[in-house]
Amino acid sequence: MTLPEAEITLTVNGRSVRRRVEPRQHLIDFLREGLDLTGSHVGCEHGVCGACTVRVDGRIVRGCLMLAVQAAGCSVETIEGVSESGELADLQSAFHQRNALQCGYCTPGMLLCAAELLETTPNATRAQIREHISGNYCRCTGYQAIVDAIETTLTARRAGRTAD
Amino acid sequence: MKPSPFDYVRATNLTEALALLERHGEQAQILAGGQTLIATLNMRLSAPDWLIDITRIPGLSGITLTETHLVIGALTTHREIERSALVAQYAPLLGQAAPHIAHAAIRNSGTIGGSIAFADPAAEWPACCVALDARFVIQALSGERRVSARTFFRGLYDTDRAAHEIITAIEIPRERAPRRSVFMELARRHGDYAIVGVALLGRVDQGRLSDVAIGYVGAGATPLLAQGAMAALEGQAADADVLARAKAALAQDLDPSGDLYNSPATKRHLAAVLLERAVKQLLA
Ligand SMILES: Cc1cc2nc3c(=O)[nH]c(=O)nc-3n(C[C@H](O)[C@H](O)[C@H](O)COP(=O)(O)OP(=O)(O)OC[C@H]3O[C@@H](n4cnc5c(N)ncnc54)[C@H](O)[C@@H]3O)c2cc1C
Ligand code: FES
Ligand code: FES
Repeated sequence: MTLPEAEITLTVNGRSVRRRVEPRQHLIDFLREGLDLTGSHVGCEHGVCGACTVRVDGRIVRGCLMLAVQAAGCSVETIEGVSESGELADLQSAFHQRNALQCGYCTPGMLLCAAELLETTPNATRAQIREHISGNYCRCTGYQAIVDAIETTLTARRAGRTAD
Repeated sequence: MKPSPFDYVRATNLTEALALLERHGEQAQILAGGQTLIATLNMRLSAPDWLIDITRIPGLSGITLTETHLVIGALTTHREIERSALVAQYAPLLGQAAPHIAHAAIRNSGTIGGSIAFADPAAEWPACCVALDARFVIQALSGERRVSARTFFRGLYDTDRAAHEIITAIEIPRERAPRRSVFMELARRHGDYAIVGVALLGRVDQGRLSDVAIGYVGAGATPLLAQGAMAALEGQAADADVLARAKAALAQDLDPSGDLYNSPATKRHLAAVLLERAVKQLLA
């Protein structure tokens, strides 16, 4: 049996990409295996752990619950893209300073998830931070340091904003 | 795990999607937000030959107001509902329930139409729709029909929708003055499916409740309308006696089955605890 294939064109980290894919291929596997963007990880493959979090058209999604074919025509951003652009440099440095990662498996997903909160809820409380990252599992840190790092970044960004 | 192979079509209009559904019958599945379907494909609980992606069909998304209804397109995401000013004004219950659905990344993709079609008794939207007396707009090639949420859910994951039909919208009756509402649920972790949850609507006039509606999440094979408890509260000041009668009425209203962690008795107890909390919050 020949497996179905489809040709897709999409933008990944600002660059246009055209590839043939099997419709059943997850976006996350396409990014990791097709494009060698291995910064995003794969954990549970059923939407529970958040390790596969990437951005599609500006909003975070589960890379294991979206097919590559569904992303045709979309703009996809991964941790590689946002690291390169420097968009999350302050958050990344806060993670580093607060020891908010150990093995790092959850970190790319956690950063992209937190980035959405930084953008949409600049006054988020610790409870709101916890709620927002509740779909991103970390098996190492116990979350406290992650919440600290996000809170630090929120506070610093607010201070930066009022200083402007 | 990875899904078994299938073919994929991105439908550009409703007629095309409906024709594909008719042609492929049980071999085809509608793909909306994918937040349930792709998970079940990954676990190989389902292996369709065709996925028909309806997310690019124009006109199936968004929230509008008509003379009589608040209309929510089937493809409207949980997140859009959570943030909608129209929803906050005309059906605040939905805004209160939305944060309980899964997690931010899943709410960004998952749709209300998908949730209604999937009909998980532990899901928030079905129980809210039952409480709100919403109706669903259902389209087939042969025409359009409307079904009350209160008759749509027939059994565990079983609905009135036929395989060749697509849900296009959810219509919620407009009220001159929207009722007060409370949504509460108990879950082991934030974002997990609820153990049990309650959607309560009502008016409060000098301490008396009226136009009470109560929907339950996770308390039976379908979302349930707690008619006995509604009758017990209607027209009453919710004092200790009335609350006790309403909670007792839940014994008839609800029919929870046990899960890995909670027995039916535990769920019944929790459902009663939630009712009391919800009524007190509605009155507060
Ligand atoms: C980790 C995790 C946690 C979750 N927690 C919750 C939770 O707490 N509460 C909750 O309610 N949900 C939860 N969900 C499910 C989520 O809300 C889904 O988005 C929703 O149930 C289905 O919507 P969808 O748009 O993703 O549908 P899809 O997954 O695309 O489709 C689901 C089913 O409905 C059919 N379908 C979809 N749209 C239509 C339509 N318009 N007409 C006819 N048939 C249609 C599909 O063919 C499929 O059979 C969770 C999911 C995950 C992965
Ligand atoms: S791998 Fe996608 S959520 Fe776990
Ligand atoms: S740092 Fe190891 S899983 Fe989070």
